[in-house]
Amino acid sequence: MAMHTPLKQTYNYAFLDEGSKKEIRRATLKAVAIPGYQVPFASREMPIGRGWGTGGLQLTLSLIGDGDTLKVIDQGNDDSVNAVSIKKLVQACTNVAVTTDAEQATLIQSRHRIPEVPIRADQILVFQVPIPEPLRFVEPKEKKSKHLHAEMDYSGIWLRLYEDIVKWGKISIGADYPALAHKRYIFAPSPIPRYDLPKLHQAEGLFLFGAGREKKIYAIPPYTDVEPLAFDDYPFEVEHFEGCSCRLCGSTDSFLDELYDEAAGQTFYQCSDTGYCRKCRERGAQHGK
Amino acid sequence: MGYVAVTGGQQAIETANLLNQWYRLKDADHALEVTAIEKQMRHLVDRVISESGLYAPNDAALALKQAEGDPAEAAFLLRAYRSTLERNVESLTVDPGQMRVIRRISSAFKDIPGSQILGPTADYTHRLLNFTLRNEEAQAALKSVLQQLPKQDNPHTDHRQPFRKVADLLRAQGLLSPPNARNGLVDITRDKLTFPVPRSAKLQLLSRGDTGAMTALACSSMREHTAQHPTVAELRVGYVELTVAYPLASNETLSLGEVMVTEVETINSFTKKDNGDVQFQLGYGLTFGQNETKAIAMAILEQRLETDGTSPTHDEEFVLLHVDSIEANGFVSHLKLPHYITFQSKLDVLRQAQKLAAEKTDHQEV
Amino acid sequence: MGNEDRPLLAVRHLMKRFGKGCATCRNPQNLPSGSSHCPHCGSVLACNDISFDLYEGEILGIVGESGSGKSSLVQSLYFDSPVTSGSATIATYNKGPRNIFLESAQQKRYIRNHLMGMVYQNPWIGLKMNFSSGGNIAEKLIAAGDFNVRAIRSRAADLLDHVEIPITRMDEAPAHFSGGMQQRVQISKALANKPPILLLDEVTTGLDLSVQARVLDLIRRIQRENRTAMLVVSHDLGVIRMLCDRTLVMKQGRCIEAGLTDQILEDPQHTYTQLLVHSLL
Repeated sequence: MAMHTPLKQTYNYAFLDEGSKKEIRRATLKAVAIPGYQVPFASREMPIGRGWGTGGLQLTLSLIGDGDTLKVIDQGNDDSVNAVSIKKLVQACTNVAVTTDAEQATLIQSRHRIPEVPIRADQILVFQVPIPEPLRFVEPKEKKSKHLHAEMDYSGIWLRLYEDIVKWGKISIGADYPALAHKRYIFAPSPIPRYDLPKLHQAEGLFLFGAGREKKIYAIPPYTDVEPLAFDDYPFEVEHFEGCSCRLCGSTDSFLDELYDEAAGQTFYQCSDTGYCRKCRERGAQHGK
Repeated sequence: MGYVAVTGGQQAIETANLLNQWYRLKDADHALEVTAIEKQMRHLVDRVISESGLYAPNDAALALKQAEGDPAEAAFLLRAYRSTLERNVESLTVDPGQMRVIRRISSAFKDIPGSQILGPTADYTHRLLNFTLRNEEAQAALKSVLQQLPKQDNPHTDHRQPFRKVADLLRAQGLLSPPNARNGLVDITRDKLTFPVPRSAKLQLLSRGDTGAMTALACSSMREHTAQHPTVAELRVGYVELTVAYPLASNETLSLGEVMVTEVETINSFTKKDNGDVQFQLGYGLTFGQNETKAIAMAILEQRLETDGTSPTHDEEFVLLHVDSIEANGFVSHLKLPHYITFQSKLDVLRQAQKLAAEKTDHQEV
Repeated sequence: MGNEDRPLLAVRHLMKRFGKGCATCRNPQNLPSGSSHCPHCGSVLACNDISFDLYEGEILGIVGESGSGKSSLVQSLYFDSPVTSGSATIATYNKGPRNIFLESAQQKRYIRNHLMGMVYQNPWIGLKMNFSSGGNIAEKLIAAGDFNVRAIRSRAADLLDHVEIPITRMDEAPAHFSGGMQQRVQISKALANKPPILLLDEVTTGLDLSVQARVLDLIRRIQRENRTAMLVVSHDLGVIRMLCDRTLVMKQGRCIEAGLTDQILEDPQHTYTQLLVHSLL
């Protein structure tokens, strides 16, 4: 629809002015230097809603250049409406190529998932973060939670986990499971499933976290220790998919979406990472030949 | 094929945009004129320029047209536009004491120098639907209004001199401390914020705050048990001149024109200063446009944030992190986004907990 | 504990002022006698030049009416509010020579978690009322580096058993407990990491007499079994007489009399102490 003049003509390359991009990159460098530490930054208003990925978008736009290939996913899916919307915006104000193949991308912006294929040293994964503060649910005040981090006073969040075990027999956190970055800062990995959390540990790639509304940037640089919080006798557990496989590609080693077929009255599963699923099917077809 | 998860996102978005256009224009004889919105939806435009922090009434009217009248969405459009604009120059400090006043009232003193001016307000108009507006002829109506207006109130011939501010009169009598010297102003659109934030950041955040949210919070602060009933020392609405330093000669300024603002100064209970003086505490509110309730709410909240107390409105994180329309709207509405992964993860935890609970019960039965 | 022994806790010239202070009250000699209130700026000197020693295994009483500054004293020692000036050293901490008031926030937290336990008059300050009793103890154990749930629960059970809380109530929140039980949970939390020093601020105030007696018994037993040094703050000379070897009498922020408890009770020197003792008889 030719409603708008192309953004490229009315806005700076990659939307933000160069001064803003530079400032965001400076905050990002600091974040990389202190794994898991939340660096405050002057988050800009973006043309998408606060809480809809503005933090991730600002990171992407501050980093992206013509040589990049971009992949955007939401819930693991390239074709999810919000992923498409963000991808369209970046395309409209840059000249970058886009892809749905995680291995082809240099920059991946994601909400709620890490792709199944490990991130390489020449790739950056940018997360959209709603609540960057892992201590928020035990300490509502920013002023105080900053002190707790500075003093590494984490007994409050551990107590929360202990109480969970007392009450439920296990830790009841679903996604966004808190972890310790390089034995120093507890950080929120954004609402990725527990299944994805081990992918951050001693990884090759760079992981950047942007929280636009909360105005924080943090990072897990390559080869950082990432330890999910767990007691010695109540170890960390990922989601259970025993006996389940993707009904499209047959994978048994990927995070699965649970779907319900009303007509057939049965539950079935398929890969949440749609790019990975497609590749598996293509490989399967080649083998079939 | 049975159920299909989100696919066809691209197509879906384009269809949604088209349907939006259809609903916006269906049954319309002619499209809304942006200028008509700007001139005749004055309070709506004022609200949008105030909440977006961009004094651009015509752009605000355009945003309102595009947003089909949703002020939160219009303020959001303007904010996003604003954040891409170059910052070329900083204006000199505006002196509201030099305001070209169109309205000015004081609830503290009956007789203020320069007198009270009721000006344009619906405060004392009965809220009865005026059905004659259905068939109104603008030029004829305007002419009739001008004929009925007393001569001294005719906006075309009104040349009032600036009025001294009530707060300045109180200061002259030693009832109010002099204003703080300005030092280290932050720019909330450019500088990162860390709590506790300086007063200049508080004022900026409140000045851009959501009218409804601020009114609700101010109302709560007036009703709770520690409440103090503030008195409006002065509410003034009018035009202030924006000037910048003339780059080619020192001590000279360039006028850029006028902007309309609402300024409110409230007086609260008195306090003992560090130096032992007992003086009134001032609350300060300033907004773009004529936004009187918001400006009063701002003055109340500003004063609450400057004093200690246990109620929510004394808590700067609680107030400042939740009064911004763009941020609050964005976060609440993000719940419309898919949360399949987080839900799946929670589902897994629930099933495990159910299993453990069942095992425990079995065990007890044996 | 002979004189040659080093005190476990040595407090010197502790000053605690509420208010900004002014030229007049910065020198406490200038305050009118019998007052902690600066007539010039309105500041209050809650603790005015307090010095004392506390030895291992000893219970030192601090007695005085409300407003005498005794609660401010223990709260300052537990870092709940900063002191205005003065020093405190702990013999077992860093070989003792460091003024703990000048330590970093992290070090202060270490001292609070490992070297001192605090029991407040109001259990709502000392406990997280909506967490389980076991969880309240667990928080201290976790802070000391214990990350094994089974070990935490077994230690918490021991501690609760010690203060006679039924183990079946370990997973209940103290908000549902009686006042006496809440105080006992608070004591078990304070003891979690076996601190050598315990601070007790009016812990029996407001409890029924029979409940009081049980709590006092418990305190004596803890002293006997662990040789914990304790600072017992009370307005009640009866409590002081029952527990304390030595006593310090505070009035208007000053220490007006100090010595062996028996001696103070039998032969009070200061007129205020005489008044206190007579009211007890």
